[in-house]
Amino acid sequence: MTEFLQLDLAALLAATLACLVCGLIGNLLLLTRQSLMGDAISHSVLPGIVMGFWLTGTRAAVPLVLGALIAAVVSALLIGLVRRLARLEPGAAMGVVFSGMFALGLVLIEVSGAHAVDLDVDCVLYGQLEALIWPAATGLASLIDPVALAEFPSEVGTLAAALVLLLVVLAGFWKELRLAAFDPDFAQAIGFSPRVLSALVLVLVAVACVASFWAVGSVLVIAALVAPAAIARLLTNDYGTQFAISAVVAVTMGAGGYGVAAALPSLLGLGHGLNAAGMMAVVAGVLLVLAVVFGRYGRRGGRRRAAAGAPLVEPVAG
Amino acid sequence: MIGADFLNALLFSSGYNATVVALGCAAFGLSAGAIGCFVLLRGRALISDAAAHATLPGVAGAFILAASFGWNARALGLLLAGAGLTAALAVGVVTLLGRGGRIRDDAAMALVLSIGYGIGVVLFSIVQSLPVGGQAGLQGFILGQAAGMSAADATLIAALALFSLLMLALLFKPLTALCFDAEFAAATGLPVKLLDALLMALMLAVAVSGLRAVGLILVVGLMVIPAVTARLLTDRLVTMVPIAAAAGAVSAWVGTAISAASPKLPTGATIALTACALFILALLLAPRRGAIAFAYRQARLSLVIARDHALRAMVEATERGAAPRDWPGLAAEAGWSRLQRLVLPSWFLSAGWVASGPVLALLPRGRALAEDVTRRHRLWEHYMQSAGGLPPQEAHRAADQVEHALPPDVVRDAEAWLRSHDPARLPPGAALPPPGETPSRGADR
Repeated sequence: MTEFLQLDLAALLAATLACLVCGLIGNLLLLTRQSLMGDAISHSVLPGIVMGFWLTGTRAAVPLVLGALIAAVVSALLIGLVRRLARLEPGAAMGVVFSGMFALGLVLIEVSGAHAVDLDVDCVLYGQLEALIWPAATGLASLIDPVALAEFPSEVGTLAAALVLLLVVLAGFWKELRLAAFDPDFAQAIGFSPRVLSALVLVLVAVACVASFWAVGSVLVIAALVAPAAIARLLTNDYGTQFAISAVVAVTMGAGGYGVAAALPSLLGLGHGLNAAGMMAVVAGVLLVLAVVFGRYGRRGGRRRAAAGAPLVEPVAG
Repeated sequence: MIGADFLNALLFSSGYNATVVALGCAAFGLSAGAIGCFVLLRGRALISDAAAHATLPGVAGAFILAASFGWNARALGLLLAGAGLTAALAVGVVTLLGRGGRIRDDAAMALVLSIGYGIGVVLFSIVQSLPVGGQAGLQGFILGQAAGMSAADATLIAALALFSLLMLALLFKPLTALCFDAEFAAATGLPVKLLDALLMALMLAVAVSGLRAVGLILVVGLMVIPAVTARLLTDRLVTMVPIAAAAGAVSAWVGTAISAASPKLPTGATIALTACALFILALLLAPRRGAIAFAYRQARLSLVIARDHALRAMVEATERGAAPRDWPGLAAEAGWSRLQRLVLPSWFLSAGWVASGPVLALLPRGRALAEDVTRRHRLWEHYMQSAGGLPPQEAHRAADQVEHALPPDVVRDAEAWLRSHDPARLPPGAALPPPGETPSRGADR
């Protein structure tokens, strides 16, 4: 038990919370048709994170979030500029900007010497769940011991704060978000413009990318952002249910991925642990395949409904 | 020290192996730039990103396979074959997922990219535990690593890249047709589906050839950035492709030299940043589409508009018989900004439109221009009222918007339309009366 508390609890919580935060935001990306933006921002915030880390030398959330927000806004502006000047489709403009920003981040990591402290390229590429340990735990009593809790990895606290922020935004704008997602014209007419929504989603994605950076890195975070919402989309047409299913999928993906990565090596007799962040993406992949094959709006579901005479693509219900 | 290393690497004087590596990477840059143009114009830029990320399970899987059968797990050809296989699979899955209608293309790409990469990361952690050597080299496939590449590897990369380039040259015409108008291409009997598949195959070959140099995460950078750079400089594909190829080759070559001089820097990032530097130069300096040219045109247009407002105000003041204005009065009437108040008077004087003095009087040149400007504005006002049925105030505003943007032949067309449809608005003589509150034909309807 003590071993679990020391080695696994923080990482398991971080994995689950990271997937939950990103997965819920993913619904907003999907519903506002901006999945690519999540892709672009997750890569683009890297130089901001590195600069924040470089300037302050700590993993404290505030400077990193500030750096990431600046990087995200700069990227969004650059994407707009490149689109206008080169008259390009958004995908290509994003490709230019996010690969450039990501390259800048990688070079900054080496130039800043941040890798010597504890931000390195491995964390960007694979996440660093195994580094989230709680050596101060001595038993279940530590869970209510303020001295021991003070030593709890702060990354988990950041993720919890991000989740609270996200839930507040979702609760505050629940109806407006639904309108903006399903009827952008009407939403604009009553003063909730798509631009404001896009900016809000941009900020939330940047915050989520920073908060989950230590858990899943810069690339695998895309799976957490996109997969839960996409899977839910294959299972339901209802706005509220969409969020609920994606939350369940996100928790399954985070906790399940971490659990499989921890349990599988000993079951298979492998000498080396498996990468938990990668395994979370694999679990998401398995869930996605199941949803495609068996989901109400997946392939089989589609065929079943076609046989029953229902339209293949149903209108999106509000 | 680093400067000397960099120059040596750049000038191919750091030994045979380094030279072959630099040339191999440059060959990749050359073909990535060229094929990138077609990938970009066909709207497949991000599919190449998804495919590149999905090479990771292929590389790691091939390594595991080789290690368990006792083959040479570091054989580049084998690893690249695995990479190509899973990347092709990824392209197929993106197409399948998008076909269902529930998951849009962009979400499908993001899913395949991240899940494919995740599978690769898990396989990678298995690779780390294998009891064979050579694992350390695999990270080079993610971020690119020129250091430690053998001449044989570089030759293989160059061969693959140059073969793709040759295929591209052979398919140049049909691919051009495909990129500009797929429907027209299909109508002329071109096998569009086959061509699309061939383009994807070429893209995969180039992406795979770049893994060792630029790394799977930034392959998309070399596919897209040189192509967009070239797009800023030209509209014609025949010139765009060589420019992009040159930009790609230079980026790969210079980036490789930089990372040879300071091996800590990931090669892929230095190559991508070099490509970005070229892109930023083009973005600023491109003759037509560059930011500077754009800003210059905008500034000039706003000055011309402010000038025309002032000239029209002077003509209208003369028509009303009002007293001539001084500069502040004119500026207020024409709505000049502070900057325009500084710049425009000297333009008016040096162009010989007004005589200097306490009050402003139009000189003959200025009068001719002012009457021309006024006539054009009123012509558009008449046209907007008559053809567009706009009320006077809106017609005035609409005329303001179009009079500076539309070319002279459109103005002549508008005048011809008025002459045939609403001749009462065009009295004989050169001057046009202001439309005022004349009821518009549109309002009668």
